[in-house]
Amino acid sequence: MTAVSENGHRTAFVDNDKKPCGHGRMLRKEDPRFVRGKGRYVDDLDLPGMLHLAILRSPFAHARVLSVDTTLAEAHPKVRLVVTGAMLAEKGLAWMPTLSNDVQAVLATDKVRFQGQEVAFVVAEDRYAARDALELIDVEYEPLDPVIDVRTALSPDAPVIRDDLEGKADNHCFDWETGDEAETEAVFARADVVVTEDIVYPRVHPAPMETCGAVADFDQVDGRLTLWSTTQAPHAHRTLYAIVAGLPEHKIRVISPDIGGGFGNKVPIYPGYVCAIVGSLLTGKPVKWMEDRAENLISTGFARDYVMRGEIAATRDGRILAVRTQVLADHGAFNGTAAPVKYPAGFFGVFTGSYDIEAAHCKMTAVYTNKAPGGVAYACSFRITEAVYLIERIVDCLAYELAMDPVELRMKNFIRPEQFPFRTKTGWVYDSGNYAPTMELAKELAGYDALRAEQAEKRARGELMGIGVSFFTEAVGAGPRKDMDILGLGMADGCELRVHPTGKAVVRLSVQSQGQGHETTFAQIVAEELGIPPQDIDVVHGDTDQTPFGLGTYGSRSTPVSGAAAALVARKVRDKARLIASGMLEVSVADLEWEKGSFHVAGDPEASVTIQAIAMRAHGAGDLPEGVEGGLEAQICYNPENLTYPHGAYICVVDIDPGTAKVTVRRFVAVDDCGTRINPMIIEGQVHGGLTDGVGMALMEMISFDEDGNCLSGSLMDYLIPTSLEVPDWETGFTVTPSPHHPIGAKGVGESATVGSPPAIVNAVVDALKPYGIRHADMPLTPSRVWEAMQGRPTPPI
Amino acid sequence: MTVNGEEVTREIEGRLLLVHFLRDHLRLTGTHWGCDTSNCGTCVVWLDGEPVKSCTVLAAMAGGHEVRTVEGLEQNGELDPVQRGFVECHGLQCGFCTPGMMMTARALLDRNPDPSDTEIREAISGQICRCTGYATIVRSVRWAAAEEAGTRTSLETQATSGSAS
Repeated sequence: MTAVSENGHRTAFVDNDKKPCGHGRMLRKEDPRFVRGKGRYVDDLDLPGMLHLAILRSPFAHARVLSVDTTLAEAHPKVRLVVTGAMLAEKGLAWMPTLSNDVQAVLATDKVRFQGQEVAFVVAEDRYAARDALELIDVEYEPLDPVIDVRTALSPDAPVIRDDLEGKADNHCFDWETGDEAETEAVFARADVVVTEDIVYPRVHPAPMETCGAVADFDQVDGRLTLWSTTQAPHAHRTLYAIVAGLPEHKIRVISPDIGGGFGNKVPIYPGYVCAIVGSLLTGKPVKWMEDRAENLISTGFARDYVMRGEIAATRDGRILAVRTQVLADHGAFNGTAAPVKYPAGFFGVFTGSYDIEAAHCKMTAVYTNKAPGGVAYACSFRITEAVYLIERIVDCLAYELAMDPVELRMKNFIRPEQFPFRTKTGWVYDSGNYAPTMELAKELAGYDALRAEQAEKRARGELMGIGVSFFTEAVGAGPRKDMDILGLGMADGCELRVHPTGKAVVRLSVQSQGQGHETTFAQIVAEELGIPPQDIDVVHGDTDQTPFGLGTYGSRSTPVSGAAAALVARKVRDKARLIASGMLEVSVADLEWEKGSFHVAGDPEASVTIQAIAMRAHGAGDLPEGVEGGLEAQICYNPENLTYPHGAYICVVDIDPGTAKVTVRRFVAVDDCGTRINPMIIEGQVHGGLTDGVGMALMEMISFDEDGNCLSGSLMDYLIPTSLEVPDWETGFTVTPSPHHPIGAKGVGESATVGSPPAIVNAVVDALKPYGIRHADMPLTPSRVWEAMQGRPTPPI
Repeated sequence: MTVNGEEVTREIEGRLLLVHFLRDHLRLTGTHWGCDTSNCGTCVVWLDGEPVKSCTVLAAMAGGHEVRTVEGLEQNGELDPVQRGFVECHGLQCGFCTPGMMMTARALLDRNPDPSDTEIREAISGQICRCTGYATIVRSVRWAAAEEAGTRTSLETQATSGSAS
C-alpha cells in the first residue's frame, strides 16, 4: 500500500515514455490523429451515394396519432423515402425490445408517449433537404393528459401510458426489494437516533459532445449490413439487430469508430439506428442519421430521476446501525434502462456504502411517465451514483443531528481492512479496501483542520464557506455471468492477441473506448506481461468482424473485465513462448526464468532468447518442441468472479455569496483507490472529467418538464454544463489497494469521480448553509435554489 | 474563400452553415458540430485570424475571407506547439472538442504569449469539454506557451531574422 499525492506538479510516477514497457505514465497512442483533426467519427463518414435521414418528432408528451400525411414530403424533389409507424408495423418493425425486456416504439403507431418521440422519418439527398421535408409531413394528434410527476403516476385517476401492453391498467413498471425488512425495522426500533430525509436525484443527461448517429449500408447483392454507429457495445448491438431486424448475425457488421464521448448515452439501441437500417434496406443506398443536440437531450437515455426517502439509525455516539430507503424511480415512457437482467435497479443495492452496519433494506417502485426512456447512464455504474448520493447525504444528515464532524462520523463506521472480502447486508461482496488511509490522505491534502478553522472565522464574520466530504465505495466490472447478463448475453469479455513474426503484436478487444484511452492502456497491459514495447502493440476495437465477442464499455468495466482478459491472454502467449524458448535454449521448461521480454536459463542470464526471437521461431523454419503448433497467438473469454470495488475520499470547499446565493467551488480534493494503476496520467484525466460532471449535477444540470410535459432542457441554453470557469484546478491523490481476484490487481475507475463528487459538493453547500438551520436541499443547487433554501424553502424538483 | 491557405470556389446554398461547408463539402472533418445553439464551440475555426463558431457563420459570409481549421495547424509536417502541448499534458480524451479548443488556444497565444491560468480559462470559456475537466487543457496551453517562449529566446539569441513565431 502506497499513499502518494499527485497534486498538480507534485506528481510522482513512472514515466513510461522513457521506459520500454509496463504500467506507468505513457502518452496516448490515440492523440496524434485527434490533434490533427484526423479522428474518424461517425459523421465524418462519407460513402458513395450516401443519403441523409431526419426524424420527425412528437411535439406532445402524450397524444393519440390520428393520421400521418406524407404526400407533400414525398413530392419534395430531393426526398427518396418517407416512412411512418404504420409502414414499419406492416414489416413488424414498429416496436423493438429494450435492454430491460420492455418494448419501445421505433416510430409511433397508436400514440406518442413523450415529447420528442419518433413519429416518421425522411431520407433525402442531403441533410438540409431531409430537414426541409420534415416540415412537409402533416400529423394529426389528439392530445391526452400527460403523466409528468412521478409522485402521482400511480394515482388511480392517472392516465394509462402503456395501453400497448396487454391488460395494463396503470403506470406501474416494476417493484424491487433488497435487504431484510424485519431485521432492519428491529434495529431502527432500538436506535437512539433516527434521521429521515427526502432526497431527490433529479433527471440529468450525459450529453456527450458528439451526439448519437449511424451510417447504415445494406449490400443487396450479398445481403450484408454494415452499420457504423455511436455504440459503446458493438457486439451486443449486432446480436440485438439480428434479433430485431431478422438479419442473420454473420451478415451484420457493426463498426464503432472513434466516439466523441459516451458516458452511458451510447449503450442503448435508439430508434434512429433502426430507422437508418430500414432506410438503407429500402433505398439500397448508405443512409446516415446524425441527431442534433436537441434530439440528443430530449429523446436519448437520461440519467438518475430517483426520488428517495432515506433513513438512518444510529447510537447517540455515532455508531451507524442501519439504513433503509424507499425509492420511486421515474423510467419514462418505455423501460429502456440498460442494466443486467436480474438487476432492474442496477447495483443500487450497494447503498450501504463504506460502512459496517447491522441491517439494511430498500423497497423500490418504478413507474412509467410521459418522458424519454433511460435511467442508467452518465457514469452511474448501474445506479451507484444514486446509491452513493443517498448514503453520503444521509450520513451527513446524521452528522448534522449528532453535531459531529462528518469525517469523524465516517471514520468511526468504516469497514475495516481485515474485514475484506466483506459481505454487505444487501449481499454484495466487496473485494478489498483500506478506507482510513485514503480518508487521511484527503484530509492531509485539503488541510482539513485548517479549513475548519478558516470556516469558523468566516462564519463569525457572516461569510458562507462550506466543506463537504464524501467517501464512496464503487462496484464496477459487471460481471460474473452466472448472475449478470444483458438480454441473455453473459457479461464476459473476449480478448485475442497475435504476435507477428517480427515481434510486433495486435490485441483485439470486445470493449469500446469513447475517449478512455484503451488503445494506450491495453497496449500497456500486454506490454507489462510480454515485454513487448507498447508502441509495438496495436489495439483493435469496435469492429465486430475484427474483434472477439463481448459486452462493451460502460459501468467502468473495461479494466476489470477486458483488462483481465488482456493480461491473461498475454500470459497464455507467454506460456507458449516458454515452450518454444525451452526448445531454442535446449533446456527443460522448468529451468527457464522470465524477465520482462526474455527467457533465460536459470543461473545463466547469458543464455537467453527474447520474445521477438521466440516470435520469429514460432513462425519460422526449424523444429518446435513436440506438441507445439506454429504461430504465437491466443484468445480468451474472461468471466470475472466478482466485481471490483474501488473507493475514494473527496473533499470539496465552496464559497457562497450571501447576496446572490451563487455557489463557487473553490477547491476539490479527490483521492481515489482503484488498485493497480495502469496509466496514472489517464486515471487523473478520468477523475478530472468525472469531478466536472459532479459540479454540473450538483450545481447546474437538470432535465426538467412543465406540467404539459414539455421538456424545458432541450438545448445547451437551458441544460447547463460546466465550462472552464465553473470548475477549479482539481487536486488529486491516490492510494493503492489491489483487487485480489483481478489478474493484475486493477479495479475500474472511470465513473468513480462522477459517483463520488455530487454528494461532496452538496454536503459542502449544506455545510455552508448551517447558520440557516438547513439539513438538506435538492440538486441542482443553482443560485435560485440556494436562495430559496436560505429563506427556509428548499424546493423539491420535478 | 481561402481555407488553410488554399483557394476554394464552390456554388452553395445561401443558408449553408460554414461548419457544414467545411465538413460536408470540403471534407475537412476535424471541425465538429456539437450543438445547435452556439454554446459548445466544437466548431471553432478562424475567420480572418479570429476564432469563430462556424455553426454560427454562413458559408457565404466567409466568401472572400480566410478560414483556418485544425487541419491547418500543422506546418510542413511539424505539429504546432499547441498540438504538442495537448498530447504532452493529456489535454484530450475523446478528442471531439480538441480541434476547437486548439484553435482558440492558438489564437490566444498569438495575442498573449504568456497567459495566466485565468486568462486561459476565460479564453476557452465559450467551449465545452465533457471529458477532461479543463485542468489538463489549461496545462496544455501553458506547456505550449513555455515551449514557444523557449523557442523564441533561443532564436533571438542566435539570429536577428525575427520570424520566430
